[in-house]
Amino acid sequence: MNGADAILDAVRQAFPEGSGVSVAPPSDLPTLRVERGTLLPLARFLKADPRLDFSLLADVCGVDWLEQRAPRFEVVYHLYSIAKGHRLRLKVPVAEEDAVVSSVYGVWKAADWFEREAFDMFGIRFEGHPNLRRILCHPSFVGHPLRKDYDPGQRWLLREGEQHEPEWARTPQEDEDHFETQVLNLGPSHPATHGTLRTVIRLDGEVITQADVEIGYLHRCFEKMSEQHTWNQVIPYTDRLNYCSSMMNGVGYALAVEKLLGIEAPPRAQTVRLILSELSRIMDHIVDIGANLNDLGAMTPFLYMYEAREEIYSVLEACAGGRLTVSYVRIGGLANDVPHDFEEAVRWLLRRIPRLMDDMERLITENRIFRDRTQGVGVLPAAEAIDWGWTGPCLRASGVPYDVRKAAPYLGYETYDFKIPVANEGDTYARYLVRVEEVRQSLGIIEQALSRLSPGPVIVDDHRVALPPKEKVYTEMEPLIWHFKLVMEGMQVPAGEVYGCTEAANGELGFYAISDGGGRPYRLKVRPPCFAVFQAYPHMLRGHMVADAVAILGSLNIIAGELDR
Amino acid sequence: MNEKDIILCQAKPLRFFQRFYLVEVIKGLAVTLRHFVGNLFRRRYTVTVEWPEVKREYSERLRGRHVLLTREDGSPRCVACYMCETACPADCIHIEAEEDPTATVEWEKRPRVFTIDLLRCVFCGFCVDACPKEAIIMTRHHEMAFADRQEAVIGLDELLHKGPIDRLDLGYRPYYGPPTRHIRLPIPVTSESDGA
Repeated sequence: MNGADAILDAVRQAFPEGSGVSVAPPSDLPTLRVERGTLLPLARFLKADPRLDFSLLADVCGVDWLEQRAPRFEVVYHLYSIAKGHRLRLKVPVAEEDAVVSSVYGVWKAADWFEREAFDMFGIRFEGHPNLRRILCHPSFVGHPLRKDYDPGQRWLLREGEQHEPEWARTPQEDEDHFETQVLNLGPSHPATHGTLRTVIRLDGEVITQADVEIGYLHRCFEKMSEQHTWNQVIPYTDRLNYCSSMMNGVGYALAVEKLLGIEAPPRAQTVRLILSELSRIMDHIVDIGANLNDLGAMTPFLYMYEAREEIYSVLEACAGGRLTVSYVRIGGLANDVPHDFEEAVRWLLRRIPRLMDDMERLITENRIFRDRTQGVGVLPAAEAIDWGWTGPCLRASGVPYDVRKAAPYLGYETYDFKIPVANEGDTYARYLVRVEEVRQSLGIIEQALSRLSPGPVIVDDHRVALPPKEKVYTEMEPLIWHFKLVMEGMQVPAGEVYGCTEAANGELGFYAISDGGGRPYRLKVRPPCFAVFQAYPHMLRGHMVADAVAILGSLNIIAGELDR
Repeated sequence: MNEKDIILCQAKPLRFFQRFYLVEVIKGLAVTLRHFVGNLFRRRYTVTVEWPEVKREYSERLRGRHVLLTREDGSPRCVACYMCETACPADCIHIEAEEDPTATVEWEKRPRVFTIDLLRCVFCGFCVDACPKEAIIMTRHHEMAFADRQEAVIGLDELLHKGPIDRLDLGYRPYYGPPTRHIRLPIPVTSESDGA
């Protein structure tokens, strides 16, 4: 009996036919269609049952099937079990007139922001949610942008005075000693907010007693834009998700679409993708560690580390033609082959980066000031981190060894020899240690990958997916026709759905793509890792000092481009 | 997950001298001093350049400002097929076609209007990939400044390049031929006189 059948059998035993749970036709993941009355008991069962143990709620999103299906909306949940390593998808159909679903916040706290996002984008209300209001759009925004009948050309006047103010921030409060507490805004434009985000905190002296976060300042509705573009045209947009490691977003997206198409990139393309992804991971960690230290007052390591980052960007630019927004990946492979001296350049980096890391570590790792600022600050225990939907280095720093590269390998990660750094403390210092060790592991992976870089094509030889080589387009009729059809109509992706996930620098980066068989994505949902991480932030702040808030924020590595999409 | 796949990162307890600050301060100063001296004499650790007197050299694939190439007789190679306009994810290209009166075959098209809004452009290079005539390519020219938004919308007269192609500072384009440049690390810099 395979994994999918075992999951469905276990569910069937507790929720037999007629109880509101039915098994959907097989797709990439075992899928259950759930009536909304059964959702909450089913969710509790899925989390509590030891055979299933779905501890991580990876993603919640809405889908609008306007005039195609009745009822109109679907709420889709993606669950993952860290202990068992299996996934499950739940679909809850909701009618337009009565778009209400019970909130699963009581089961997984991770649902907090994901449900708010589904409410914001589709107008689906979640009953029992503690704080159901818009999250990415401004409070005075009209309509729900991801509904299919929402015209993206509309413009709204959004006024500054109407921005969200938490209830507690409006009423003055006194502490026990009858001193008035102070409400302070950190951000949206603040040197310590990495990107544009706003944190409202209530201070009693210098201790934070309450905190709330407002995001969405960089929201551009990536998902709506994807629906208006062909599958390949989405790639430049993915660069702007986590712009500190833009290559990895493109790789994640391409892998998801390739899964839907049932194709695989040639081996050389896979190895190059892996090398550049790991270089991007190093870059991302460098930015995070450097910026975190900079916020804490240590500017020197920041500048040392940025040297490595600049050199990596030079290699990316030599391959792709762009430094920050690389747009190097194509569905089915890569845009071009790497330059002739790529290997040499990467080997130079492999020699250079460890030296810079050593210098940085010599200054920081055993520095007492840094330790006093970070140890015991922003502790999140493992169980809570999973509950909040954390993944990536932040989760591993809390002691959970979950890494997509090991749990569900892609690009041949299973054949590489590397280790997953884990720390048990769950504090800011542990997150620093995990990232430093991950950089060193990534260097090892690149070293192994370089020796496997074999010559060959870098994009699939399939004229339905990849543009034919230019010399053929210029001289032959058939390739010109394929070229024309691909550019004008876009590649035709068979109808279906897929959830593809990769280990991006911040954690599990998921792409949930639905195709209706046309040239454009019907729905493309990104599961941004730092969105889940950041929702725990206001809860972590309580009892800490203002200066600690800065240290914690830096260690979580919030990238606004990915957070707000 | 397998136990042997995990590395446990633990904070090493601080030794007496590390708690005592002063020795550690001197050790830290040794690192920074090494960088300082290295930079002072050999620029060993700097990646910053004294722009604009000194400029960074980019690869031959850099996606900079576009040019439209011409045929040998000076007419545009573009046949107004609208492929680049369709492929553009940012919708920054606008083409209007007309009949080419000088064409040797009947019904040959040429662009009457061809504009690129450089402020909308995301420099992804998809137009270059889409072009079936190698009419649009990219240069390495990337330092652009405009006084107003209209100035950023460039038309045929600014885009068309007349004269030999090797006069251009060529960037992202379909043919590379034999490689001419190397990835030079650390980042190479050239002064304005011998660069560009």
